[in-house]
Amino acid sequence: MLADKDRIFTNLYGYQSYGLEAARKRGDWDGTKEILDKGEDWIIDEMKASGLRGRGGAGFPTGLKWSFMPKQLDGRPHYLVVNADEGEPGTCKDREIMRHDPHKLIEGCLVAGFAMRACAAYIYIRGEFVHEADVLDAAIEEAYAAGLIGENSCGTGYKFDIYVHRGAGAYICGEETALIESLEGKKGQPRLKPPFPANVGLYGCPTTVNNVESIAVAPTILRRGGSWFAGLGRENNTGTKLFCISGHVNNPCNVEEEMGIPLKELIEKHAGGVRGGWDNLLAIIPGGSSVHMLPKSICDTVLMDFDSLKAEGTGLGTAAVIVMDKSTDIVKAIARLSAFYQHESCGQCTPCREGTGWMARIMNRMVTGEAELSEIDLLLDVTKKIEGHTICALGDAAAWPIQGLFRHFRPEVERRILDYKKSRTAA
Amino acid sequence: MNISVRNAESFVFSPENMEWAEGQFAKYPSDRKQSAVMPLLTRAQEQNNGWVSVPVMEYIADMLEMPYIRVQEVATFYTMYNLKPVGRHVIEVCTTTPCWLRGSDDVVTACKQELGIGFGETTEDGEFTLLEVECAGACVNAPVIAYRKEYYEDLDDRSTRKFIKAIKNGDVPVSGPQTTDRHKSAPRGGPTTLKEFCAAQGGQE
Ligand SMILES: Cc1cc2nc3c(=O)[nH]c(=O)nc-3n(C[C@H](O)[C@H](O)[C@H](O)COP(=O)(O)O)c2cc1C
Ligand code: SF4
Ligand code: FES
Repeated sequence: MLADKDRIFTNLYGYQSYGLEAARKRGDWDGTKEILDKGEDWIIDEMKASGLRGRGGAGFPTGLKWSFMPKQLDGRPHYLVVNADEGEPGTCKDREIMRHDPHKLIEGCLVAGFAMRACAAYIYIRGEFVHEADVLDAAIEEAYAAGLIGENSCGTGYKFDIYVHRGAGAYICGEETALIESLEGKKGQPRLKPPFPANVGLYGCPTTVNNVESIAVAPTILRRGGSWFAGLGRENNTGTKLFCISGHVNNPCNVEEEMGIPLKELIEKHAGGVRGGWDNLLAIIPGGSSVHMLPKSICDTVLMDFDSLKAEGTGLGTAAVIVMDKSTDIVKAIARLSAFYQHESCGQCTPCREGTGWMARIMNRMVTGEAELSEIDLLLDVTKKIEGHTICALGDAAAWPIQGLFRHFRPEVERRILDYKKSRTAA
Repeated sequence: MNISVRNAESFVFSPENMEWAEGQFAKYPSDRKQSAVMPLLTRAQEQNNGWVSVPVMEYIADMLEMPYIRVQEVATFYTMYNLKPVGRHVIEVCTTTPCWLRGSDDVVTACKQELGIGFGETTEDGEFTLLEVECAGACVNAPVIAYRKEYYEDLDDRSTRKFIKAIKNGDVPVSGPQTTDRHKSAPRGGPTTLKEFCAAQGGQE
C-alpha cells in the first residue's frame, strides 16, 4: 500500500480547511518561484521524466502534451484550459480536489501555464458543482491577494490570470474541443481534428486542455522530482492516482493509491470489500462508464493501470471503479448507460445521433428479453459501425459498454430472450 | 399548470446582477464577449425565478451583441437552463447506473410520493419541480440529489422523505451524506489512509 508520505492529496476528504494558510501547511506554494526560475524546459523535462499520463481518461503523456505548444509566441496568446467538467458516470475525484485542495490546482495552473507560455488559465467546471466553483473562486481570490498569481506571479515578473467558467449541464463538454466551443459561448459540439488545440484552440490560439488531476499533481511532482513520481507504480504506468470506488461495496469512497494496485486489494483495503464478500462479485467496470466491464474471474488478479487493463480489453479511463454484485441486473445496468449516451450525444454525426438512440431502444428490450436472438449480432454489428466512425469518442464510449456486456454475459441475455419466448407461448 | 409567472413579460438585470455581469466580461478578451453567454444565462435564470424566458434571451443577446438565435441555441443545448417555469424548489435526482446500483429507484419513488408529481412536473402550488438528471459526479456518495447549491448524498427512502419534509417546513437541510456518519467521500467508519492527518482536524471547511 502507498505510504502516506507519498500521497499528494492530503486533504482529499476535507478534514482541514481548503484555505491558503492550511494549504501552505500542507506544502502547497512552497518554493514555487524557484520552480519557475528553473525555466520552461526544465519543467517540461521533469514532467516527462515523471511519466505522468493524463488523468482525464485517455492517458496521454502530460509532459509531451505540454511540449506541443509553440516555443515562441507568434502574436497570439497561449491558453491553458483545465477540464473540470467531470461527468463520466462513476467519476467524482476532481470535485474533491476543487472543494478540498483547490490550491493544488491553482498552483498547478501557474506552473503548467508558465511552462507553456500561457497568459491565462480557464477552469471549465461543470455547472452542477456550484459549491465547488464557489470554493475555487474563493481560493483564487486568496492567491491573487497573496501575489501568487496575477501581475507578478510569485515575484517572478510573470503575469498570469486564472478564471473559473461554469458549464450548464452537458457531458459532451468534457470532450476537449466541445469544451473550447462552449468556452467561446457556443453549443458544446466537438470540432474535427486536426487542427489540434495546441495549434488552433481557444479563440483560434494555441491551447492545451488538461484534466484537473493532471494539473493538480504537477507542483508536487516538480517539488519532489519526476523520478520520485516515476518510482511509484510500474513502468509506463507511474505515480499515484485517485480512485473512485462506487456501487456494491461496503464502504464506497475515493482514495489515492499507487498505480498498478491490484483491483481486489483496492476494494478490500479501502472500500470494505464487495457487499456479501468477494465471491458475491459479478462484474466491475474499472474505468468509468465508457470502458468494457470485467467479469469476476479477471477482477481476481487484474492490476489497476493503463497497460494491465488494456491487456484485458478494457481501460483505466478515469479510474472510476463501479462494482456490481450478484444481485445486479447486469443487462439493465448497461441499458441505463445506453440511455445516458443517447441523452448526451450532441447530435452532429449521424452514426452517434441515430446509433445511440437505436442501441438504447434495443438494449431496453434485451433487459426484458423481448428481442430476437439474431438481434444480438445485429446490435454488436451496429456498435462496430459507430466505433471509430464519429467526430469524437462519445460514439466509442456508447459502443464499448455494450460490447463488454456481450463479451462476458452473452448467455445471460440469450437466456432472457428464450425465457420471454417461453412465457409468451405458455400464455 | 397554475404558477405565478413573474417577470415573464420583460427582463432586465437587477443593479447587483448588472455589476456582476461587468465582472464577467473582464474574464474574456474584449472582442470575445460572447464567452459570457453561459454565466449570464445562469444568473438571469436565477433572477427570473428559475427559468429562461424569451425576454431573458433577447436581453442577453442585446447585451452581448449576439444574434438571438445563437443565444437560444445555447439555452436549448445545456440541460441546466429551464425553458419553462419551475417551482421554487427544484429537486434533481440522479438515476445513472452508479446511483441506480445503490438504490436511486427508492429515492425516486420517495420523491414522487412525497410531492405527488413525476419527473419534469411541477406541483400545483408552484412549490416543487422534480427533475431526473444524469451522473452528478458524486458517485461514491450515491444515490445523490442536487438541490440549490449543494448535494444530498447516500440517500435512501427514509432520508429522502425527511429531506423533502424539511424543505416543506421551510428548512434548508444540511448537505452531504444523509444516512451514515461518514465524512464526505471518505469510507464509512473513517479513512483507511492519512489517519493521523485526518485526526488532526485543523479547522474544518
Ligand atoms: C465524451 C467525452 C467526455 C469527456 N469528459 C471529460 C471530463 O469530464 N474530464 C476530463 O478531464 N476529460 C474528459 N474527456 C477527455 C478530454 O477530451 C481530454 O482528453 C482530457 O481533458 C485531456 O486531459 P489529460 O490529458 O490531462 O487527461 C472526455 C472525452 C470525451 C470524448
Ligand atoms: S460522436 Fe456523438 S457526441 Fe461526438 S461529435 Fe459526434 S454526435 Fe457529437
Ligand atoms: S451516477 Fe449519480 S452521481 Fe454519478
